[in-house]
Amino acid sequence: MDTVSIQIPSARAASTQGRRLLRTRLPVALALLPTALVVLVVYIGCMVWTVRLSFTSSTLLPKLDWVGLTQYSRLFMNDRFVTSAENIVIFGVLFIAGCLILGFLLAVFIDQNVRAEGAFRTVFLYPYAMSFVVTGVAWQWFLNPGLGLQKVVRDLGFPNFTFDWIVSQDMAIYTIVIAGLWHGSGLTMAILLAGLRGVDEDLWKAAKVDGVPTWRVYTSIVLPLLRPMIVTATVLLATSVVKLYDLVVAMTMGGPGIATEVPAKFVMDHLFERNNIALGTAAATIMLICVVSILAPWVYARYVRPQGRHA
Amino acid sequence: MSTVVPQGRRPRRITAGRIGVYAFLITAALFFLLPLWIMLVTSLKPMEEIRLGNILAWPASLTVDAWTKAWSSACTGLECNGISVGFWNSVRILIPSVILSIAAGAVNGYALSFWRVKGANVLFGILLLGAFIPYQVFLYPLVRIFSMTGIYNSLPCIVIVHVIFGLPTMTLLFRNYYAGLPLELFKAARIDGGGFWTIFLRVMLPMSIPMLVVATILQTTGIWNDFIFGLTFAGRANLPMTVQLNNIVHSTQGERAYNVDMAATMLAALVPLVVYFVSGRWFVRGIAAGAVKG
Repeated sequence: MDTVSIQIPSARAASTQGRRLLRTRLPVALALLPTALVVLVVYIGCMVWTVRLSFTSSTLLPKLDWVGLTQYSRLFMNDRFVTSAENIVIFGVLFIAGCLILGFLLAVFIDQNVRAEGAFRTVFLYPYAMSFVVTGVAWQWFLNPGLGLQKVVRDLGFPNFTFDWIVSQDMAIYTIVIAGLWHGSGLTMAILLAGLRGVDEDLWKAAKVDGVPTWRVYTSIVLPLLRPMIVTATVLLATSVVKLYDLVVAMTMGGPGIATEVPAKFVMDHLFERNNIALGTAAATIMLICVVSILAPWVYARYVRPQGRHA
Repeated sequence: MSTVVPQGRRPRRITAGRIGVYAFLITAALFFLLPLWIMLVTSLKPMEEIRLGNILAWPASLTVDAWTKAWSSACTGLECNGISVGFWNSVRILIPSVILSIAAGAVNGYALSFWRVKGANVLFGILLLGAFIPYQVFLYPLVRIFSMTGIYNSLPCIVIVHVIFGLPTMTLLFRNYYAGLPLELFKAARIDGGGFWTIFLRVMLPMSIPMLVVATILQTTGIWNDFIFGLTFAGRANLPMTVQLNNIVHSTQGERAYNVDMAATMLAALVPLVVYFVSGRWFVRGIAAGAVKG
């Protein structure tokens, strides 16, 4: 067929080529069309809409007036938002660092040829399969000062033992961190363990011959080799930090007072309960700016620059 | 000295170091198991025992009343039909959402890794960035769009939302998988005259079984555990189990029935836990596949 089409007049060749192009390209375009629409309408359209709404005075219903940065200055004067922002920084730093440290230790200890390795792995990772709501409800009950952990220790003969963080203005956010660690460190362990298993055996032999102590091998040789896994784990953990909402709602409902408010909850409350769309969208825009400024360079370097393969 | 080469791993002697390793692992295991243990024993106790007793202790008078109550008569706000309502809602949301989101991801991944399409990389790049952007940025306009089209607060609405926000991960998962398949396979199918859909259905899909399993695990746990979308888009009649659990725990009038709360919590955790224990290593593969291989 191809050899024939070369000899026929050029105008007809162009038209058959066009038809063939249509036949092969059309299904591809149609297959990608829904995704393209979603990207255009949801991922871009809704984002622009939200940003636009943050410059309006919308309350219960959206308006399209223009009040400049009024909502943003209101936002930063708002105690609830400032507390939310502080909390997400506290949670983010402690949760990511805690998961990485605990996950790394668990992975290293599991990697010591222990018995029942599979059982340990299963136990460390199972919380990750559960929802944040389940996690929050379980920890709320466990940390209940009247009937939970505090009472158990007091009954053991320490009547002055106090662990009432969950009802304390200053400490409640740390109970969310503890529940978060319980939920997420198994994931870090699984990712880092896969990395440890990929370390070359010869490296260990060489280190042993040279008489390097095991802990030095881990800190100076293995840890740098695990860099890609640590980056992966950090990115996964960071995305769950930004999404932090269900855990807080289930565990403390933002309380006591506003002690455990977080930005995602601030936005949800203002959009759907407090009827302050403009303030809610302004907070959402601030979240967006923070995330994009942290992640854009990483996504660019990792996914966009090394172009997808073509047929 | 014999010349026989010893086989297998050298038997380890019990040293202080070994004891330390096990002590650490067992302590950690206790920390991870403690909440599950507490949920279980609390759910099996009557309320009097909970008020007086030790939260860690095995129930003295064991009862499954709390479980039946949690399943069929616990109150979520004004209605008292138990968490079973939420369970069936979650099932109804889960099945179409999982199937549609995986289908969409597979087609996208296939189109993006084998077919030269203008703007495909831009599309993929935005989609990936979208995976990291907080949902709060999209929620309000999405609610408006769904209200305008008249499907807000319905089953189709929540399914569409799950498919939309599953797109980045699912597309990435399948794109990476197909990018690892030999290109010759695709070329041979093209030379044999296979079109877009023929190659996908006859060649690619049968080779995607491992990824389909991974994607199913990932989406099943993810969608079952979702809270924020169910709360925002499902509507009163379709609230998923997570939302109902939260309502049961936070809206009990009078004294809180901790045993019922914990039974409901365990019921809500059951499906993902079963998926986790049955799937084993596949579960880890699912979590890691999207990000590690990118």
